Parts: sequence; structure tokens; C-alpha cells
Amino acid sequence: MINSTTTRIACFGGIYNNYLALEAAIADARSRGVDDMFCLGDMGAFGPHPDRVFPLLHEHSVACIQGNYDDSIGNELDDCQCGYTDPRDNYFAQISYDYTLANTSAENRKFLQQLKPQLELDLAGKRVLLCHGSPRKVNEFLWESTTSSHFLDQLCQQGGFDAIACTHTGLKWERRLSDNRLFVNVGVLGRPENDGTHHVWYTLLSVVDGKVTAEFCPVDFDYGRLAREMRDEKLPAEFVKTVETGWWTTCLEVLPAKERRLGSF
Amino acid sequence: MSSDSTAPNSTPSDSTQPSAARARTAPLVELEHMDDLWFQVAGTLCNLTCHHCFISCSPKNKNFGFLSLADVRSRLAESVELGVKEYYFTGGEPFLNPDMVEILVATLGFGPATVLTNGTVFKDEWLEQLRTAEQESIYSLEFRVSIDGFSSETNDPIRGEGTFDRAMKGVIQLVEFGFMPIITAARTWPDEEEQTVVGQFVEMLKKAGYSRPRLKILPTLQIGAEVERTGGYRESERVDHQMMEDFEMSQLVCNHSRIVTDRGVHVCPILIETPDALLSQTLKESTKPFAMAHGACLTCYQYGSICSNASSGGKNSN
Repeated sequence: MINSTTTRIACFGGIYNNYLALEAAIADARSRGVDDMFCLGDMGAFGPHPDRVFPLLHEHSVACIQGNYDDSIGNELDDCQCGYTDPRDNYFAQISYDYTLANTSAENRKFLQQLKPQLELDLAGKRVLLCHGSPRKVNEFLWESTTSSHFLDQLCQQGGFDAIACTHTGLKWERRLSDNRLFVNVGVLGRPENDGTHHVWYTLLSVVDGKVTAEFCPVDFDYGRLAREMRDEKLPAEFVKTVETGWWTTCLEVLPAKERRLGSF
Repeated sequence: MSSDSTAPNSTPSDSTQPSAARARTAPLVELEHMDDLWFQVAGTLCNLTCHHCFISCSPKNKNFGFLSLADVRSRLAESVELGVKEYYFTGGEPFLNPDMVEILVATLGFGPATVLTNGTVFKDEWLEQLRTAEQESIYSLEFRVSIDGFSSETNDPIRGEGTFDRAMKGVIQLVEFGFMPIITAARTWPDEEEQTVVGQFVEMLKKAGYSRPRLKILPTLQIGAEVERTGGYRESERVDHQMMEDFEMSQLVCNHSRIVTDRGVHVCPILIETPDALLSQTLKESTKPFAMAHGACLTCYQYGSICSNASSGGKNSN
């Protein structure tokens, strides 16, 4: 448990090598006067130049927890442990993973290896858990349309948390639970939300009227440059298309019906 | 249950109680958390008689009966305290149950619902009601439609004459109502043909008007009607303690699921006909560990999370 006088924090979800969005998100969060910044894991995947993410995290004192990707890269495992089940999804995930592992320095791998999987903090007297997939499993997908409220209530009650924040799915959402508890998926910085736009999202957490409250913040970044660099690095055209169009082209089979219908593919 | 669902009443080799010695020595699986609650909502009654059905459902099999709306409501209320995350409905053919639409509407007030169907008996007014219910809910309603081949020639020998055309009509009905059904097929082809068969499936579905088809391929379970096709599991085909070392337990259905039938609460949707799988009358009491003493447990062990949707991934971090 981190004890602090923190009252307003920024939570960044998966970065997926998108150092351009990370840089923009840090600037945006600073302009909003946050006390602290956190990253909920998955620094690598999808985008180009993995090593460009880490200096930003260190320079701006972004406290990080370990996602499944970080565990894999840090320990040089065979795959990303994302939890996909479809062969096509796994095919593209493996391309991305092999590239990221090959391009992450030993020093940065060591940094990822030593990260803790969860972090508890005191936010103006409220107990908040930051985790990657869920409090019980690093790569669990908690989608808005397939996660019952009583399941989330139980997670909060068992851990004694006023709020739980996670990432992993790539889609932000929040739900107010019993006793004003909050569950929030903070979204990701790595790629747009499968909604046909170019921006990405992070989340501000603060305590308003005695309850933990989330504010979702859009982040514009130079997506054209990201796309160019992805091409230069010979990353799959399918990934580049997502950056340029805002629609997911891969990793679609894990989406539940409601979330899948919102996309284009 | 359809191929995606379940099975039989004849003489399934795996529907008998395992020997006392085997039950004593088989690895025990703890229920880590009741993520998925299943309902054998149509019992064993089905309008089809598929050759690979693992509980031999048929128009004449009334071994298990329907669950009423009141039955399901009572179980939904019971499930809240246990923190159940998702609800699944199977049979037989769920839509033979006259309460089915109301059951799904009620469930969407509690959590996400998935229904496993053969897709041959839908009425437009039901789908209209369900579309409205899903739009008004924060939760997804998933349809899993069983089709076991990409053509009449490959599907009908397994599921019955004319069933391919009837099921495809159901798929297109769902698509027209805005649903994105998950087409589930039991793997009745050799592994080396998988890529080709899946490709043919996708092409067929797109051509029929389902532009973004979703597919789930399942292993066959050598119990129920499938015993006649494959000979069932050999006595040696069981999970042992050595195999459980360093095994990811969350891949096993019994690690995170239970199923309600008209007889009580059983360990998993696959084994409802085996006496030792009937655990209790209440959900709360059904949380005891289960001995993996059955042949079907080996298939579950080998393939992992065969009953859940892909969106529940992360349970099977393979």
C-alpha cells in the first residue's frame, strides 16, 4: 500500500510501444494538475521502437505495474500470454511479440521483469487497486458487456477496495457498484478504440463527493508518424491500418457481441 | 444439447459412476470461483438427433426436463451472492422451452447471457423481443449456433437431413436482427484439414450474407451418441496426478463452472448424466471439489475451456 496525500492521479493503460501517445498523454496529464502518474502494464506490442517508451516513463516518474506482456518480455517467454484463442489473432500477436522482444534492450527487459503485478494506493482516504487484467488474473478480459455487476462487487468487497482500475482489453469503461464503489477500465494508449477515430484514451481518478470518480481523457498524437514508423519497421499492414483508420483489424475474436458490433471488422 | 451443447440417454460408456477406486484416486479439482453458471434449460429434448451429441438429446429423450422461468429466476437470485460472472443456456434445444425468451430477458437483468442453439426453430417475434432486451441491457446476448459442416454434404450426415439449410436460415435470421452469432462446429475432420475447413466455413457464411462471421471449433466428446461413432474413451484415457503437475487449472470447466438441471446442480455441462456429477441441490453447496475420473475429463484437459466463449479468454492462458 502506498500512503500518500494524492488526490488526483492519471492512469495509463497498455502503451503497446506507442511512445508518441505516451508523450502526449504525460503532457496532457501534467496540464490537468495530477499528483502522480501510473501505467497499468503492457508497455510493448503492436507499435514500433519498444525502447523509446522507457525513458519517458523514467523521466516523468510514471509508476508502473507488470502486465502479461511485460512478464513475457521481462522473462523472455515464448509468447505474450494475451489470452487469445483464435489462430489468426494468435498469428498477429506472435509477430508483434517477436518484434518487441527482439527490440527491447536487456536493461529494459530487466526493468519489466522486476515490476510488481498490482499496486494499492490511498487516494484521498480511499483504497484503490491498480491491476492489469483483473485482481485475480493478469490476463483476464473484463469486458463491459460480459462482466456482471455482482462479480465486480465481489472483487471489491473481497479485497476491501473502494475502486479497482484495470486495462488489458483495450476498451475503456466504468461501472458504479454498491456502496459507491467503482470499477474502471482505463483504456489504452497503444491503439485507438475501434471506433473509427485516431485518438487514444487514459483515465483520471480523483475523489469527488466522497467517492472515487473516473474521467476519461482523449489523447491526440501524431498517428501519421506512428504509421510511417510502423511501415519502416516492416510491421504488418493490418496494424498500420488500425492506426490510420481507427478500426481494429486483428485480435477481434475475443470481443463479446456488443463490443464487436461497434467495430468495422 | 447440440454439438456445442450436450447429449444422450442410450448407453453412454461414460455415464456410469466411476469405480470407487478410480473416484478415490482421480485428481481433485477445486472450484476456484463460479464464473459461469449453466442452465440445462431444455433438458435433453431436442428436435434434432445428432450423431455426435454427448448427451444423446433427441425428440424422445426426456431424461432431463425443462427449467421454468421461475426455476431460472430463483437460481439467478441465488447466484448473486456467489458473484457469478456469466450465464449460459443449453439443452437439448433451448428454444423448445416455451419460457426461453422470457428466461433470456430476465437473465439480461443480471448479467451476460449465451444461448447454445441449433438455430432451426427461431420465430421472428422472439428475435425482435430479444433484440430489444439486449439493447436495453448493459450485457451481451450471445447466440452460439451449431453447424458441423460448411455444406449440406458435410453437415447433414452428422446433424440430420436438411439441417444445414434450416440452421443457415436461422443464422441469417439472427444476422438480420442485428446479432452476430458464433457458429460452433465440432471437429469431425482430421487436424491437418482444419485450416481448409475453417476457410470454407468462413467463405460459405460470407456468401450467405453473414459478413463478419464468428467461429468456434470444438473437440468432439466421445460420450453419449458419439460412443457409437468413435467407440468411446478407453479405460486408460483418463487424467492422472502426474498430468496435473504445473497444469493451468483454470482451463478446466469444473474449475470455474456449474450447471443447473431439473435434478439439481451438477459439476459441468458435459457430465450431467453421470451420477457423481450431481453435486447438490443448492449452488452454494455445489462448490465442493470434483474428482476427474471420466474420459471426457481428458478431452477438457487436452483442449481447455471448451465450453466458454472466447471473450472469457484469459482463463486459458495457453
